[in-house]
Amino acid sequence: MNSLSRRRFLKLSAGTISLAAAGYALSARELKAPAEKKRGIQKIPTYCDICFWKCGAIAYLKDGELWKVEGNPDDPLSRGRLCPRGTGGVGAHTDPDRLRAPLIRKQQRGEEIWQEVTWDEALSYIAEKMQTIKAAYGPEAVALFSHGIGGNFLKHTIKAFGSPNITAPSFAQCRGPRDVGFRLTFGEDVSSPERTDIKNAKCLVLIGSHLGENMHNSQVQEFADAIESRASIIVVDPRYSVAASKAKYYLPIKAGTDLALILAWMNVIVKEGLYDKEYVTKYGFGFDQFASLISRNTPEWAYPQTGIEPEVIRETAREMARYKPATLVHPGRHVTWYGDDAQRSRAIALLNALLGSWGRRGGFYYPVSMDVPPYPYPEYPKPAKPKVDNPNNKYPFAHETITTGIRDATLTGSPYPVKGWLVYATNLLHALPNEQETIKAIQNLDLLVVVDVIPSEIAGWADVVLPESVYLERHDDLNVEWFREPFIALRQPVIDSPHDQKPNWWIAKELANKLGLSKFFPWESIEDYFRQRLSAGGYSYEALKKKGIIRGKQQPIYFDEGVPAEFPTPSGKIEFYSLQLQKAGFDAVPKFNAPDSGPPGSFRLLYGRAPVHSFSRTHTNRILSDMMDENEVWVNSDIAERLGLASGQYVTLRNQDGVVSTKIKVKATERIRPDCVYMVHGFGHTAKGLKHAYRKGASDAQLITRYITDPLMGGTGMNVNFVTLEPAEA
Amino acid sequence: MAQFGMVIDTAKCVGCMDCVVACKTENGVPEGFNRDWITQDVAGKYPTLHMEIRSERCNQCENPPCVYCCPTGASHVHDFGGVVLVEHGMCIGCKACLASCPYDARFIHPDGYADKCTFCIHRVEKGLDPACVSVCPTHCMTFGDLEDPNSTVSRLLTSRKYHTLIPETGTKPHVYYLV
Repeated sequence: MNSLSRRRFLKLSAGTISLAAAGYALSARELKAPAEKKRGIQKIPTYCDICFWKCGAIAYLKDGELWKVEGNPDDPLSRGRLCPRGTGGVGAHTDPDRLRAPLIRKQQRGEEIWQEVTWDEALSYIAEKMQTIKAAYGPEAVALFSHGIGGNFLKHTIKAFGSPNITAPSFAQCRGPRDVGFRLTFGEDVSSPERTDIKNAKCLVLIGSHLGENMHNSQVQEFADAIESRASIIVVDPRYSVAASKAKYYLPIKAGTDLALILAWMNVIVKEGLYDKEYVTKYGFGFDQFASLISRNTPEWAYPQTGIEPEVIRETAREMARYKPATLVHPGRHVTWYGDDAQRSRAIALLNALLGSWGRRGGFYYPVSMDVPPYPYPEYPKPAKPKVDNPNNKYPFAHETITTGIRDATLTGSPYPVKGWLVYATNLLHALPNEQETIKAIQNLDLLVVVDVIPSEIAGWADVVLPESVYLERHDDLNVEWFREPFIALRQPVIDSPHDQKPNWWIAKELANKLGLSKFFPWESIEDYFRQRLSAGGYSYEALKKKGIIRGKQQPIYFDEGVPAEFPTPSGKIEFYSLQLQKAGFDAVPKFNAPDSGPPGSFRLLYGRAPVHSFSRTHTNRILSDMMDENEVWVNSDIAERLGLASGQYVTLRNQDGVVSTKIKVKATERIRPDCVYMVHGFGHTAKGLKHAYRKGASDAQLITRYITDPLMGGTGMNVNFVTLEPAEA
Repeated sequence: MAQFGMVIDTAKCVGCMDCVVACKTENGVPEGFNRDWITQDVAGKYPTLHMEIRSERCNQCENPPCVYCCPTGASHVHDFGGVVLVEHGMCIGCKACLASCPYDARFIHPDGYADKCTFCIHRVEKGLDPACVSVCPTHCMTFGDLEDPNSTVSRLLTSRKYHTLIPETGTKPHVYYLV
């Protein structure tokens, strides 16, 4: 106190008063004395959350400070090695741009002007608004958008509240079409983590899937295994991806014509009798009709569509057949491209079926899991209304909830109004196409709550923002994974949250209490929840806590190991010809329709992933932003020269609807077709709180004003926008 | 006497930068600097292309120009495994080594000394691999004693084709790239 002048002390006091008057309150955490730091190295197992893959990790503390995160050698997903994002996990904890305290909006939505409040105030406000909405419109008028395992407890609260409207962009903006296409064919999803047996594949076909840039850890590790064992790799992509550089065959396809190529491959394999006849005869349904319908899809037919020469199509088809059934035509993950995505995915499923790879080593295995019963909660109230996203079953094969369907209902009030959105860990303004539609829908809401770790674009539009602890600071639900071997993983805190952040389970439980739903959270602490579930399955929480992972016994995962060859389709077989599609008015066997080309002089906008970032969620992580702090627009070298653009120069992109991006650097490269441009997704942040990432690079999402909805399942095909390039000032 | 070296399989490397991130957290490399990095060498004309992806760092040269030009002896070859290191306390930050390195492997640390890859000698002394090698999800990097004919690095160099970077400078790198 001696060193403070009286004048400065008075100023400080005045500041404190005005903060208190503004509704700020010190939390218990901030009042408590700092705990004594433990000396030396501590190792604590947990699992990662920089993406959704949930790799087992070991966090290292040095003298009580978070030092580094490594893979947990006991974990089947990471096999002891994390991806660069997981290795950079420390940066999530130390990110100076993190949300620090609960916020309530003070001005117009989107102006990002907030008042810091206590958790009690924030949760009371949310509960009161939710009850008002429930009284006027019913509980179904509150929807939850949630991404990742961290949303499990909030989902539970919303189900207890009585709403069936729970969704994630991972279906209609990502893997949905793939899972629908495979479900229609084999009766089962590809699921996540993908049941692809990459490490045992002798021939691996990647269609637009850019493993190595798309850094799903187990997939990339197995991709390296496949390279090591000299698998024949075939890559189809308008861009010469990292994976393409590993390929024996690189097919520089015209964007939007993959289905034509797949049909032609199947045509060759059927016509030349190269398919697995025994497998197809034993397990297939409607093969003859299928064969007849694809008989005109010759390589010569596909050539003008795809730009891939007939001989190359034949040679690669024969290459696939040579290694069958250990030929894996990878189904991809983010496959919402052109609006024909479910049928294209079905064609990929059919190609795999011809090669006999489903259920076989080097193809698709049958994932296994541990038996850990769910917590014995009371029964949820039965919602009075069906889900809002898919009225009259417009998209008959949507087996998950459609985000954009909920957005439509929010915009139109039909089939019934949606008045509240809770958004957990998904930046909807980057995840959904056409941000203006999202913003308009938000204007119809009585309540928008965002729970996140950083002040994302969607948080900027929220009425209430709840700051969550990052994964290294919290428990989450058990990961009882379906994978090639069974295991259970625990996420547990390794360090305290630096400010007034809280874990999602605490938020969900406290909100439920405020809503009068405390009977749905009968456990006191989340460790009681873990103990209950694990002991019901015959496992020890203490053992899991110590090791982070409990592994089960290896079980059969292939047909030849004893997995029964059962296909839960209507025919009970692999459906080469789909009567259920025919009945619903769709093509029973996929048919190709050529995509629209854009305005003359424009380039199709393609986007993808970088290995060091997840979606739009990691750009303020200082370790990861040091690896890549802005994206570039890839332009074919000849085109760049023609346009007078050089690498490193800034441009803006203008799309077909006149939307102009923030400025982005040009990467003039041979590695892309002349008719496309490409950028890594998620950059170009416009949320002011993301100080470190603000306006660095450009947002593909902002330019995706158009999308084509998949008629089978409501997915949004987003690779249907076209841009021109205009020089910008540096 | 041991001579440590690194053998990196470019056929498997996907350029994910996990090695760069791991080095950063392991060694506390400050924001804005890295001791290792990824290079993508593209040759050809679309679509007939070839690309080599490499994780690069200090080559731990047998003829290290950085050591030869250092006026204070801060840059030196360590007895343990022939690793080229910088004694921070002796470094005056004159940048002669930065200028002499054909690989641009060094930078001036904000604390004033020349900094670069140490092959994680603090880990190697404990019997561990360097951080970059230990995290690589593709297992494309191998570390070991080049003088030991039975080490994995030696066996890889006798069984596979490889190259080093800018060999014409005569630095004789101890980092090898399998093709």
